[in-house]
Amino acid sequence: MSSVLVRAMLVWLALSVQAAVAGVAIESWESSRGARVLFVESRALPMLDVSIEFPAGSARDSAAASGIANLALRAMRMGSAASGGVPALSEDEISLGLADVGAQLTPSFDVDRAGYALRTLSGERERVRAIDLLAAIVQRPAFLPEVVAREKARVIAALREAQIKPDTAASRAYARLVYGDHPYGLRASGEIDALERIEPAQLLDFHHRHYGVAAAVVSIIGDISREQAREIAERLTSGLPAGVELPPISSVPSLQQAVQRAIRHDAAQAHVLLGAPGMRRADPDYFALWVGNYILGGGGFNSRLTVQVREKRGLTYSVYSAFAPYQREGAFTIGLQTRRDQADEALRVVRETLSDFVRDGPTESELAGAKQHIIGGFALRIDSNRKILDYLATIGFYRLPLDYLDQFPQRVAALTLEEVRDAFRRRVDPSRMATVVVGGIAP
Amino acid sequence: MPECRSAARASLAAALMLFCFAPLAGDRMASRTLENGMQVLVQEDRRAPVVVSMVWYRAGSMDEQTGTTGVAHVLEHMMFKGTREVPPGEFSKIVARAGGRDNAFTNRDYTAYFQQLHKSQLSLVFRLEADRMRNLLLGEEEFAKEIRVVMEERRLRTDDQPGSLLYETFMAAAFKAHPYRTPVIGWMPDLQNMTVADAKAWYERWYAPENATLVVVGDLDAQAVFDEAARWFGPIPGRAAVPRKVVEEPPQRGERRVTLRAAADLPQVLVGWHVPVLRDVEQDWESYALWVLSSILGGNDAARLPRALVREQRVAVSAGANYDAVNRGPGLFVLSATAARRDGAAAGEGALRAALQRGAQHGIRPEELARTRAQAIASQVFQQDSMLGRAMQIGTLNNAGLPPDSVEIQVRKLQEVTAEQVQAVARKFFGVDTMTVAVLEPLPSLSQGTGADE
Repeated sequence: MSSVLVRAMLVWLALSVQAAVAGVAIESWESSRGARVLFVESRALPMLDVSIEFPAGSARDSAAASGIANLALRAMRMGSAASGGVPALSEDEISLGLADVGAQLTPSFDVDRAGYALRTLSGERERVRAIDLLAAIVQRPAFLPEVVAREKARVIAALREAQIKPDTAASRAYARLVYGDHPYGLRASGEIDALERIEPAQLLDFHHRHYGVAAAVVSIIGDISREQAREIAERLTSGLPAGVELPPISSVPSLQQAVQRAIRHDAAQAHVLLGAPGMRRADPDYFALWVGNYILGGGGFNSRLTVQVREKRGLTYSVYSAFAPYQREGAFTIGLQTRRDQADEALRVVRETLSDFVRDGPTESELAGAKQHIIGGFALRIDSNRKILDYLATIGFYRLPLDYLDQFPQRVAALTLEEVRDAFRRRVDPSRMATVVVGGIAP
Repeated sequence: MPECRSAARASLAAALMLFCFAPLAGDRMASRTLENGMQVLVQEDRRAPVVVSMVWYRAGSMDEQTGTTGVAHVLEHMMFKGTREVPPGEFSKIVARAGGRDNAFTNRDYTAYFQQLHKSQLSLVFRLEADRMRNLLLGEEEFAKEIRVVMEERRLRTDDQPGSLLYETFMAAAFKAHPYRTPVIGWMPDLQNMTVADAKAWYERWYAPENATLVVVGDLDAQAVFDEAARWFGPIPGRAAVPRKVVEEPPQRGERRVTLRAAADLPQVLVGWHVPVLRDVEQDWESYALWVLSSILGGNDAARLPRALVREQRVAVSAGANYDAVNRGPGLFVLSATAARRDGAAAGEGALRAALQRGAQHGIRPEELARTRAQAIASQVFQQDSMLGRAMQIGTLNNAGLPPDSVEIQVRKLQEVTAEQVQAVARKFFGVDTMTVAVLEPLPSLSQGTGADE
């Protein structure tokens, strides 16, 4: 730090990060049947990104039908039923229809949300064809017995493969400890024995209940007018099921004490996870915790954890800390992998680093650096249609304000050192955490 | 597979590689060579007030020698470990405080460093990159720590990943002479025996302006970028290019088979053949035909391989085809499958080869060709949504010795491929004597738990 060049650069940077970023103009309305629509017109490229999402994530599973949410989303694109004058579509017709216009369809799935993102050229022929196929997928999935049986077998094969791996063993044990019986702790793609029992009729029922129009969120960005966006939103939502009022997801209880689990494994590396229930998407401490976490372990090569565990000691390739903000309190997690005989040492360094951070908070310099990074680099968060689409979907689903992207840098700029320290002290308790270590069998 | 300084970048780089043929529309790319031999390529992109800056060194794992495999990637890690002016760890900190993100990655053909940040910060990153191009310290102590990090990276991404181990085993069998036979991350014993002197020798051999290309994409005038590049990189002394040995793979005379046993549940199969890569973007129709063939076999969920192996015959849970046309070294055409049953490796291999045979005997259908064309045109547009993607594309083409602005030509040439040409390459290159097969045979793994379960 003593070098003149470095000091000169840091001073200069401190003066120059007030870069203004033009806001993203989001239009929003309700479709005629009550779905939420968010739209950004973007004329630079002849393309269109559209996503449609529902409250149909893995937290909507039950232990008895674990894996149903994931299986429904996965099999939805593999055949649609006839309806009125509209013919049925086979899985090949859907796949080839999308490929014929060069469109790309990507599923999205987490504990809260399930849906699809479609990317297509914006020309009328390609756009209309691709949107028609997406509408058929989300509105009239066929769940043919043969397709369901095959996809169950493929999901189960992937689960069996994953079960051998140390990272899977770690994350499963960790989820049990952190979430207990809360549905956020259910394995996202299900348990093998429950999956084997799922029938097509259950998938149809799941679709009718969870893919209801009133809870749908349609996000659109691209080379179309608002009127065209309105038509697309109508096309995607007009034939959706009515759905049912879904029960709210309960709060995730805090851990009452420290819990740990060790699983022996013969992999070359031990996998270490440490954490506890964290924060919600609409949490009043959201920005304080998020910025604090950037300093602790979210900020790439400059975070405290990376400096202590990787840069100073060479104990790992990757160490991180992260919040998972959902409708309810997703976990705050620290993770790393290290040669199996080094797990204890790495864990000790992580615990010390975390305790110090929670006790003392960040330094003035660290907080200033974090603000410079986040505010000065804010333009990078919204420099592509893909990134903006993700923000639209999040804003829509969690009912964040439409000027969220304008507020974001302002909220970060306004944070004080005391707010960050106070939030961590209240919300992250190193003495009540779940710890999982998988590894440690000599070859 | 590229090796990266941080895990998140691996999938990004891999994803970008899939779109090697997507062209750039809009502003033309501008090119300039500084007096010291450093090449500068600029693509203006005005959609956001940001810029991507990349420095590419034409030195990857294919330039390594026996006994020091992995040194290209180790040096990439060491590039963050300090110069006289910028102490260890400060590089990324300075970029972060400027609102930027930075990383680097090493591949078979190159090592590349990049920063993404607000356009007002470009001269800062030029200054930092120019500094570490000539002033790297390469201290013993920093090396001793960082080589351990690299070994952890190998354990994480290769040693505990049966799919990666299989690919490594496959490449070592498919190539006997060409250095594509060694993994980018390096063999573990080579990493254990590596010294700071190895890294230093690598740095001195390859890190110089005549072996580097600066690629900038973003919201800036090309002339302003050239001026700024000349200001920071221009003072670095030029030197004569280091002579390179041409290494060619001798012809394969007979089928090769290798087996890997590792902890897994289902067998995986890789089947590959030696094929040409793109050297002349106007003339090399066989490369374009091979690209179309790979797309017809594996380019969508209902392409020939997933449809036949996964949906109809149910012998595999996944199947695909891969052909990289843009490489400095020789090409491979690779089919892959994960079998649906523990005893299904042979059935998977048979079905992969049968699908290729059908193409050779019966040709392809017009709608398959039309679909491939549509996908190529669409992905050329989609690619432009990411500035980093555009910079990657320019750098990859340039590094492979192809015109960096030739993507439009390539997409046009793809449109011109005929069904006869696809059938012709399917007949020509896929004989049994030039085939390499690698099979992952599953082994059980040991795992048992202690401690609180509930």
